[in-house]
Amino acid sequence: MRLSRPTGILLRLGVGLTLLFIYIPLVVIGVYAFSSATTLEWPPPGFTLEWFSKAVENAGARDAVLTSVEVGLIATALALVLGTLASLAVARHRFFGRETISFLVILPIALPGIVTGIALNSTFSQVLGIPLSLLTVVVGHATFCIVVVYNNVIARLRRTSASFEEASADLGAHTWQTFRFVTLPNMRTALVAGALLAFALSFDEIIVTTFTIGAGQETLPIWFFNNFARPNNLPIVNVVALFVIVASMIPVYLAHRLTRDEEGAAGARGGGAIAGGDAAAEATAAP
Amino acid sequence: MEAADVTASARRSAGRRLAGLFHGRPRLQVGALLAGPIGWLAIGYLGSLLVLLVTAFWSLGELSGEIEHTFTLDNFKTIVESPVYREIAGRTVAMAAAVTVADAILAFPIAFFMAKVASPRVKGLLVVAVLLPLWSGYLVKVYTWRTIMSGGGVLSWVGLGAPTDDLVRIWLVMTYLWLPYMIIPLYAGLERIPNSVLSASEDLGAGPGYTFRRVILPLVFPAMVAGSIFTFSLTLGDFITPLLVSKTQLIGNVVYSNFTTDLPLAAAFSIVPIIVMVLYLLIARRLGAFEHL
Repeated sequence: MRLSRPTGILLRLGVGLTLLFIYIPLVVIGVYAFSSATTLEWPPPGFTLEWFSKAVENAGARDAVLTSVEVGLIATALALVLGTLASLAVARHRFFGRETISFLVILPIALPGIVTGIALNSTFSQVLGIPLSLLTVVVGHATFCIVVVYNNVIARLRRTSASFEEASADLGAHTWQTFRFVTLPNMRTALVAGALLAFALSFDEIIVTTFTIGAGQETLPIWFFNNFARPNNLPIVNVVALFVIVASMIPVYLAHRLTRDEEGAAGARGGGAIAGGDAAAEATAAP
Repeated sequence: MEAADVTASARRSAGRRLAGLFHGRPRLQVGALLAGPIGWLAIGYLGSLLVLLVTAFWSLGELSGEIEHTFTLDNFKTIVESPVYREIAGRTVAMAAAVTVADAILAFPIAFFMAKVASPRVKGLLVVAVLLPLWSGYLVKVYTWRTIMSGGGVLSWVGLGAPTDDLVRIWLVMTYLWLPYMIIPLYAGLERIPNSVLSASEDLGAGPGYTFRRVILPLVFPAMVAGSIFTFSLTLGDFITPLLVSKTQLIGNVVYSNFTTDLPLAAAFSIVPIIVMVLYLLIARRLGAFEHL
């Protein structure tokens, strides 16, 4: 679109300011991680790498990272299976209530995190009598991660014609062979992208986690929450903060690369936005 | 060796038989595909929401402090009659609206630039720049704003001075946190508007302002509503931001601080954001926002 000179300059200024608004806080936390001060002094009096080794030595933080990875991997695996099954049913079959499935899948993430959190908490404690543990955290995370896998896979299935699968069947392949040699290779990168985003979502989640985690257990965000106000831990907290930012950006970046290379700009035009994460494609809300 | 072959072929034929069972039976296929997801989401998740609803009608025993599983409207009475709870609910909804409006205004220029002005290469870079912070370190970002707005923090250093009003602080941080959730649907929505429509408007003599108001805005409005679902829902459910950067409370804080001591009351109060979101989603669907989710 052609813009007049002043409009163009104003627009670019607006874009620049928005990017600064988004990134300055992230840069600030990066700088704090290297600050030699033990208080939140700004500007930092000097720079050091000391806190990085202290953070690595911190048993609590280390355990929390491992716990987060463990929870994230299991939740991602569950979400992969459930999300893929649901997307295959919706993309390749017609049945009563098909429209409802997308709504059902989005619901855990469209409703505020406290709602999902307290609903699961009530169910575990009041109805099922299951003590809260990492297992209950996994159940919560898998529930809101399904949508990410579902949206990525269904976007891919809609772009690849079902006629490949029909051809495979006509050529004598049975159900498994068609899935193994036709359907699965087609959606491989969508599965990887979905899994990366689901892991990132789980790794970063705190609200549902607060309501479903057992006493004394800590995922990394919970560790952070329990430690950010302790003056002794301040420099370590800053290092962990930088780690969390970088660690959760990497999967999102990789997922974006994976889907972008295959689908190009078509992904963005596919509409939808957030839980498809990418393909700039479909729905919410991490916390 | 032979035995292994026999079991392998037996297994293969069992798989075949199962595959044969599914062949030409689409209903069975759908059933098998959906059993897991429906079991998890419809029974597990919707079931939990139902439990939440039921819990809201229970109460704490006066003496025991244990949850009594008998029907009562006391929790809802407390919420409706207490001016404190009413004020918190109103404040939260108003905050959600204020954050949504701020995000819509902030998101538009960059989304428009990405969709209509930038070269493909710049567009690609900007998409990554907006996507990356979307899910990274929600808690860390709130913490960072806490330090930025603290006494000796960055904002005082650059001479701007940090806002001291609790509601302004929450509004600023939440606007920051949910901004990418608005930019992405808005960008996708703008991308869908054909350039020819904008050129036509220009050719017919409309200035940029007129084109924006009468052509772009109506076309992109559903996408904006789609983005607002997130900004709204996320604000209604957040308790971390008020806790870290203010001394005031939103709905989330009341639920969070009560769920271990008075689960039924916390459950009852969490019905408020559910009702607000259900109404919001119904309106959003009417406005065509679901196409843009």
